[in-house]
Amino acid sequence: MQDAPIIRLRDVTKTYLMGTVMVHALRSVTIEFHRGEYVSIMGPSGCGKSTLLNLLGCLDRPTSGTYELGGRDLARLDDDLLSEIRGARLGFIFQSYNLIAQLTVVENIMVPLYYQGLPERESLTVASRLAERVGLTERLNHRPTELSGGQQQRVAIARALANDPLVILADEPTGNLDSTSGKEILDVFDDLHRQGKTLITVTHDESIAARTMRVVRLSDGEVVSDVWN
Amino acid sequence: MHRLRSFLTVLGIVFGVASVIAMLAVGEGASHEAQEQIRRLGSNNIILRSLKPPEEQKTASQRSFVVEYGLTYEDVERVKATIPGVTVVVPARIMRDYVWRNDRRVDCEILGTVPWYPAMHSARLRAGRYFSTSELEGSVNVAVLDSSMAAQLFPIDSPLAGSVRIGSAYYRVIGIMEPEATVSSAAGSEEGAASANDAAKAAACRMYIPLTTAKNRFGETLIKRRSGSMEAERVELHQATVKVHRQEDVIEVAAIIADLLDSNHKKKDYELVVPLELLRQAERTKRIFNIVLGSIAAISLLVGGIGIMNIMLATVTERTREIGIRRALGAKRRDIVVQFLIETVILSSSGGVIGVALGIAVPFAVTRFAHMVTIITPWSPAIAFSISAFVGTVFGIYPALRAARMDPVEALRHE
Repeated sequence: MQDAPIIRLRDVTKTYLMGTVMVHALRSVTIEFHRGEYVSIMGPSGCGKSTLLNLLGCLDRPTSGTYELGGRDLARLDDDLLSEIRGARLGFIFQSYNLIAQLTVVENIMVPLYYQGLPERESLTVASRLAERVGLTERLNHRPTELSGGQQQRVAIARALANDPLVILADEPTGNLDSTSGKEILDVFDDLHRQGKTLITVTHDESIAARTMRVVRLSDGEVVSDVWN
Repeated sequence: MHRLRSFLTVLGIVFGVASVIAMLAVGEGASHEAQEQIRRLGSNNIILRSLKPPEEQKTASQRSFVVEYGLTYEDVERVKATIPGVTVVVPARIMRDYVWRNDRRVDCEILGTVPWYPAMHSARLRAGRYFSTSELEGSVNVAVLDSSMAAQLFPIDSPLAGSVRIGSAYYRVIGIMEPEATVSSAAGSEEGAASANDAAKAAACRMYIPLTTAKNRFGETLIKRRSGSMEAERVELHQATVKVHRQEDVIEVAAIIADLLDSNHKKKDYELVVPLELLRQAERTKRIFNIVLGSIAAISLLVGGIGIMNIMLATVTERTREIGIRRALGAKRRDIVVQFLIETVILSSSGGVIGVALGIAVPFAVTRFAHMVTIITPWSPAIAFSISAFVGTVFGIYPALRAARMDPVEALRHE
């Protein structure tokens, strides 16, 4: 893939103070991701994979180093711009689904569209279509509490796709699911990959990593291996 | 759970708004009534009344003696002659006696006065006419009855052209008056808020005859019998009403008249009632009342606002995760502020609406069951409601800002 990388991290470091101790979560990480890749990030607990994901997701800023997303340097952007970019170019999937309990399925999917300023009617159309894509048309007006874990995660996937993001970031997406639902979700991921979406998923499960295209391993804040399957 | 909590939260605002509107209505009604009473006495009028001097009110001994006091015809002439900017002076004598018609009788106040009395006192004729200057000069036996008296003495036929008897003298009825405000009823009801009807009843019935007739028929000496002793009063005039041309001069003229009477009377056997001053006093009272009211309202709205802020802070904490999620999905800080601010304003405004409804309902109930006049001004609900919305905004800002300033990563880890 010779086109420009979608994500480029150069010498990215993240340190923070925990009480009186200085924690080096990431040490000088340099890495690139291209469009259409399906990547898993692995490592023992405390290796910095969550920190890396938060950085990639613009939820946090590097202490030093540069982060380019879609060719754009995000270093000096203020919080407002970062939030906009986050909403428009990134999609999140969390281990515990993180749906808003007071909203229905379709309303949950509409949230990112609302923050991008889309009018309600259009938003509803887009959201309904996405729900259909993940097989939840009959549950449009249900609340998250009325859904199974697998169904909730599918809503989360639909929501992550809402703004047609550059990259989808997933943090242990099957962590709270049983093996059947987990497999369903991974099948959806495969689908998305086939459709050309870029997926980066953090996982501790080797079998999940085996299904991905590329496995990046971290240890103690550094990239120790970067292997293509 | 949510609904109950919201409801309890806004109770402070509800009561604040409702009590302001209701209390303002009651206060406005009371002051309006009082001011109406006073106004009916005539804002440009100064009412002089004869007062029985206090020392002579104690009749310890059994002797009978004659007590002379009060306003004289000379006083009236002096006022007319020396004080500029004063129009009609209306003198009056007031007596009490039984008035008969055939075998019906009414205990009533008999007012001997001049033909221009009704004009001065904003009293209105219901039927017939008042007596004329020629009748005054001729001391003719004509009478004008007030409506309640006419109704009692002439239940079936028309009073006009009929006659009534006082003692041995007959008077031809030539007119009927609407009931009018009297000094005692108006001056004393500043806080009483008695309705016009009550005032009229308190005045008992009234009959108006020419002053000259009264002087001739009744003389100036009234004899009262008390247990064991007999007492006679000689009073020339019981009341005189002075109308001042310009309202700005009223207070000054009243002072001049007071001086004039003071220098010509040995004792304080008169009093001055200045309706304008009473009116001003009533207005001052009302203003103070409104200030107190405003303070109470401000305090209760403050308390209500603090309650809302408290609950919203708790709400924000409860929804930390949600805030983190929304931020991850692209919400800017100001989106979060707006979200929570709107919730707070809706909360406080709902309280405002309920408060307005309650605040309007209570005066109606008060008027219905306590028979007090209440006046709901159109602006008080509007202002009270906008203040409730304002309180919501002000007290919602801090919780909303706290929500917006949360670190998304921390928030997502919460709970």
